[in-house]
Amino acid sequence: MYAFTYQRPSTLADAVAAAQDEDAKLLGGGQTLLPTLKQRLAQPSALVDLSGVAEMKGIKAVDGGLEIGAFTRHAEVAHSDLVKATIPALASLAEGIGDRQVRNMGTMGGSIANADPSADYPSAVVALKATVTTDRRTIAGDDFFTGMFETALEPGEIVKSVRFSTPDKAAYAKFRNPASRYAIVGVFVAKHGAEVRVAVTGAAGSVFRVPAFEAALAANFTAEALNGLSVSADDLNADLHASADYRAHLVTVMAKRAVEAAG
Amino acid sequence: MPCTVTMTVNGKTVSREVEERTLLVTFLRDHLSLTGTHVGCDTSQCGACVVHVDGRSVKSCTTLAVQANGASVTTIEGLAAADGTLHPMQAAFREHHGLQCGFCTPGMVMSAVDLVRNNPTPTEHDIRDGLEGNICRCTGYHNIVKAVQAGAEAMNSPSAKAAAE
Ligand SMILES: Cc1cc2nc3c(=O)[nH]c(=O)nc-3n(C[C@H](O)[C@H](O)[C@H](O)COP(=O)(O)OP(=O)(O)OC[C@H]3O[C@@H](n4cnc5c(N)ncnc54)[C@H](O)[C@@H]3O)c2cc1C
Ligand code: FES
Ligand code: FES
Repeated sequence: MYAFTYQRPSTLADAVAAAQDEDAKLLGGGQTLLPTLKQRLAQPSALVDLSGVAEMKGIKAVDGGLEIGAFTRHAEVAHSDLVKATIPALASLAEGIGDRQVRNMGTMGGSIANADPSADYPSAVVALKATVTTDRRTIAGDDFFTGMFETALEPGEIVKSVRFSTPDKAAYAKFRNPASRYAIVGVFVAKHGAEVRVAVTGAAGSVFRVPAFEAALAANFTAEALNGLSVSADDLNADLHASADYRAHLVTVMAKRAVEAAG
Repeated sequence: MPCTVTMTVNGKTVSREVEERTLLVTFLRDHLSLTGTHVGCDTSQCGACVVHVDGRSVKSCTTLAVQANGASVTTIEGLAAADGTLHPMQAAFREHHGLQCGFCTPGMVMSAVDLVRNNPTPTEHDIRDGLEGNICRCTGYHNIVKAVQAGAEAMNSPSAKAAAE
């Protein structure tokens, strides 16, 4: 690792001030950032550790859903009685991230800000009609992810919390890479009244919705409703883990599994 | 720019000057000479470096020493009793051949103890799931799972519970 300075502010305002330095990097749980720094793939001059900012922590019930602080660890989401009772699919998604030690450190804000194409949370942000609140504004979940490792966040902008809408039914089904546990394909299906959302992660550069699946499921919320439907492999990822065709196939399979699990 | 970190390691307060970029595992091994915590990879995947920070298992190779400033850290050296009696989980690994070369064992044991503290009666599935972050290249995991099952039972026994108080 290259050398850097370190600070641990205790308010969001102080964190924002510290993050204005263009070579500063925010530190969430460090489960992506520290491996990157160890490989010398980045050289920030300063790390601003968000773990002391109380305003960014905790899970609370709000009108129509849940508000989860950006500095909430994956394990806290997975084990929260409130999340399990309100949006069990979100708790089970969190329980499937990486391994126990990654979940004990990694945070929701770090995961969505990083926008890894195979990360799990982006699918929940989109399928659960989330809104992302930062130190300066509110961003619709639909507009948050703009590309591979790219988000709508401005330099130095800090995710404060994420507000998820409680669906009538939902489930997340992931076909994971057995070594890293990241999603080769993950599909989050959520039914909100007459509207159904199908959000796919892992398959392309960024999370995407599948309108044809959504329409079919809105008419008939069963796995059979997806028979014969598929996504095009044209813009999907291909790597040593899975070809684009295989990923396209998995999108339908995982969507069906999610619908079945949602019940 | 050196900075001072102070934390409780295995019950003792320690304070040292470190660089901001010093990893917790480097602090434990090189600054405190607690070499029971191992480093098996540089990709945060193998779990040889697992320690407890404020009661939660974490990868000390993916944590900065400054992030643990003020925390209470337990390493494999801190598990056994003062008189050398092995922790029930350590004893179970020995009894059930849960190790061969032993390189992964400190991390396995620390992960297993954290798992059982949060889930006192884990099923085989819970154990395999709870040890996802620990890689062993020798044992094939089977005896590790048996050891953790036995270790969990031993940790739940009244005498072990009294000793842990
Ligand atoms: C072995 C391993 C397996 C993993 N498996 C999975 C998996 O299966 N699924 C999955 O989804 N993820 C997986 N991850 C990634 C993990 O979930 C990370 O915790 C997560 O991607 C980053 O969160 P963090 O809090 O650790 O952020 P950090 O690593 O600290 O930061 C990541 C990035 O986000 C920025 N950032 C952090 N917090 C904020 C904030 N509040 N506002 C704005 N920017 C911020 C940082 O500056 C940095 O650029 C895995 C990681 C490892 C090491
Ligand atoms: S040394 Fe491999 S995970 Fe820490
Ligand atoms: S016993 Fe050799 S790596 Fe596990």
